[in-house]
Amino acid sequence: MLKMNNISKVFRTDVVETHALRDFTLHVEEGDFVAVTGPSGSGKTTFLNVAGLLETFDDGDYLLDGQSVKGLSDSQLARLRNEKIGFIFQSFNLLPDLNLFDNVDVPLRYRRFNAAERKRRIEEALEVVGLASRMRHLPSQLSGGQQQRVAIARALAGQPRFLLADEPTGNLDTQMANSVMDLLEQINKEGTTVVMVTHDPLLAQRAQRNIFVRDGRVSEVTSNADASELLHKTAQVG
Amino acid sequence: MFIYYLRLAMLSLRKNILLTSLMITAIGLGIGAAMTTITVNYLMSADPIPHKSDRLFYVQLDNWDPNSPYQEPNEPPDQVTWLEATNLMAAGKAFRQSAMGQSTLIVEPNRPEQKPFVTRVRMAYADFFPMFDVPFLYGSGWTANDDLDRRLVVVLSKATNDEVFGGVNSVGENLVMEGRSYQVVGVLDDWHPRPKFFDLSTGAFNLPEDLYVPYSLKESLELPSTGNNNCWQPVSEDTFQAFLQSECVNSQFWVEFEDPDDQYEYLAFLDNYVAEQKKLGRFPRETNNRLSNVMDWMENQEVVAEDARMMMYMALMFLIVCLLNTVALLLAKFIGRTGEIALRRAVGASRRTLFAQHLIEAGLIGAAGGLLGLILAWLGLKGINGLYGDQINGLTSLDPNMIALAIGLAVISTILAGLYPTWRACSVPPAGQLKTQ
Ligand SMILES: Nc1ncnc2c1ncn2[C@@H]1O[C@H](COP(=O)(O)OP(=O)(O)OP(=O)(O)O)[C@@H](O)[C@H]1O
Ligand SMILES: [Mg+2]
Repeated sequence: MLKMNNISKVFRTDVVETHALRDFTLHVEEGDFVAVTGPSGSGKTTFLNVAGLLETFDDGDYLLDGQSVKGLSDSQLARLRNEKIGFIFQSFNLLPDLNLFDNVDVPLRYRRFNAAERKRRIEEALEVVGLASRMRHLPSQLSGGQQQRVAIARALAGQPRFLLADEPTGNLDTQMANSVMDLLEQINKEGTTVVMVTHDPLLAQRAQRNIFVRDGRVSEVTSNADASELLHKTAQVG
Repeated sequence: MFIYYLRLAMLSLRKNILLTSLMITAIGLGIGAAMTTITVNYLMSADPIPHKSDRLFYVQLDNWDPNSPYQEPNEPPDQVTWLEATNLMAAGKAFRQSAMGQSTLIVEPNRPEQKPFVTRVRMAYADFFPMFDVPFLYGSGWTANDDLDRRLVVVLSKATNDEVFGGVNSVGENLVMEGRSYQVVGVLDDWHPRPKFFDLSTGAFNLPEDLYVPYSLKESLELPSTGNNNCWQPVSEDTFQAFLQSECVNSQFWVEFEDPDDQYEYLAFLDNYVAEQKKLGRFPRETNNRLSNVMDWMENQEVVAEDARMMMYMALMFLIVCLLNTVALLLAKFIGRTGEIALRRAVGASRRTLFAQHLIEAGLIGAAGGLLGLILAWLGLKGINGLYGDQINGLTSLDPNMIALAIGLAVISTILAGLYPTWRACSVPPAGQLKTQ
């Protein structure tokens, strides 16, 4: 569903060349929940940006939903991002002047849904994240955890096949991080493929698969479906 | 989508009122200055009689000093003598023709409570009225026979009729001027061609005269010439006849053709006429006759004053400066928004969509600036009117064309000014701005 083969990405400045990704190969299946970990600067964000079509790559192939994304025009890429991909960022990136309703509305506007359809989807998405009653509030009137939930609602409203999250809990305390994680799990259970970058090993273990990135390469893949279940059980017992 | 962009634009403009008002003021000032001067130029150069300006021709004949032209390099005089006026009228070679000149008469109203007053008089021939499509409220012009018979007939302007006869239909009434009784044959409706093209020698933007009498009365009643009078040699004796027979130019001569091409035949006639006159010892210069249609004549007489044109160019330069200022302000505004732009790109806005969004914002600023500019232009024109008053009567009104031009100019120039900032804004990469706040 998301197939990267030997992707490489080089950042060039006047003085240095940084090989952010080299021979990066990864297949993510439909319905997967993948957690990406690795040291700082190893290329996790770069991978996610390439996966989300926010960044081009220099070499290799990338098939998204069976379609090669090489050579697509700006507006074709924008359309793919809009329809297939939902983003969640560490710093939420809500638009401060728009209320929650209008923030969730942003991707739907570019989708050209009619007003009724947009309204239905916005209300539903805010309902899922438990903020339906706050629709007319501005982001600044919410806590960090709530803001990240709005960002999730924004990512969900277009019903994307892929949810890409870059340290979605990085700015949150443990309790809020857990509730955001619960939300992501629930979304994944309903069929959305989730790829999440995180520094938190505990959160990473809750994913079905863990990918460890080092020096721009996938250095380790572990499947921990059982582990995650075990963890759940011990948590409940404890 | 347009409505959505408008809403976003309003939000963004409200967010930074100071920056927004700076931009609107800059554009408003530029547009205001440009529109004020453009309006004056536009009205100055308007075609006063569009449907026949190419069939009406002004006649010039060169009866001037053999040693120096009327005006360098070799311009014929801009008026004709009494002799030419009457001779060309007698020949009657054109479809319509009228010699004309300016004079004054003192009106002695019938009502005893009204004091006598001085009026500006246009002396002309019967053809004057149909030639220039002069509108009548009552009656009509006089006839060619009235011209020949030197009858005491008069056509009143609306204002004069209002003053002397209280605005009622005065056709058939008598009007006493300087001891003689004239019969009123017609009353004009409001009539103010701009420029007053039929006689540019007496102020291109003045009001037309207060009343009209046959040009032939000039001789019989010895009516003075009050318009421009130019002579290249002294008049032989100090009598009115000697003045009429002199080489002094003080009359205008207009002809109307059914077809503009008839001018060539008429010009040939004029050349013949001058050849005949040369045999009588007149016209010492080389034959230099000229026919100019209305627009050419206005061009020749520089109706659009050179300084008005200069003012317009300067105002347009000022507008450009204001726009450059707007470019800088918009650039600052849009670049301060890269985070939002990156986010919008990430969730599906293409470059083109963002381009539209930002151009609409620029256009909105332009429209607001245009409105402000219109108000400033209106004030500016009022100011000019206050300074120059009647001299430029009617040149200082904004018509719908000008209003549309002002708004259009403002929106288009602001969008142009917005192009570069918008382009910069849209080249923000979607990634990169999103990592940290
Ligand atoms: N726009 C850029 N220009 C130049 N170099 C870049 C750019 N973005 C990333 N890099 C470099 O590419 C490498 C990978 O960066 P990336 O952001 O993917 O790391 P990361 O794994 O997400 O790190 P972190 O955990 O700190 O977020 C780093 O060395 C980084 O300095
Ligand atoms: Mg990162």
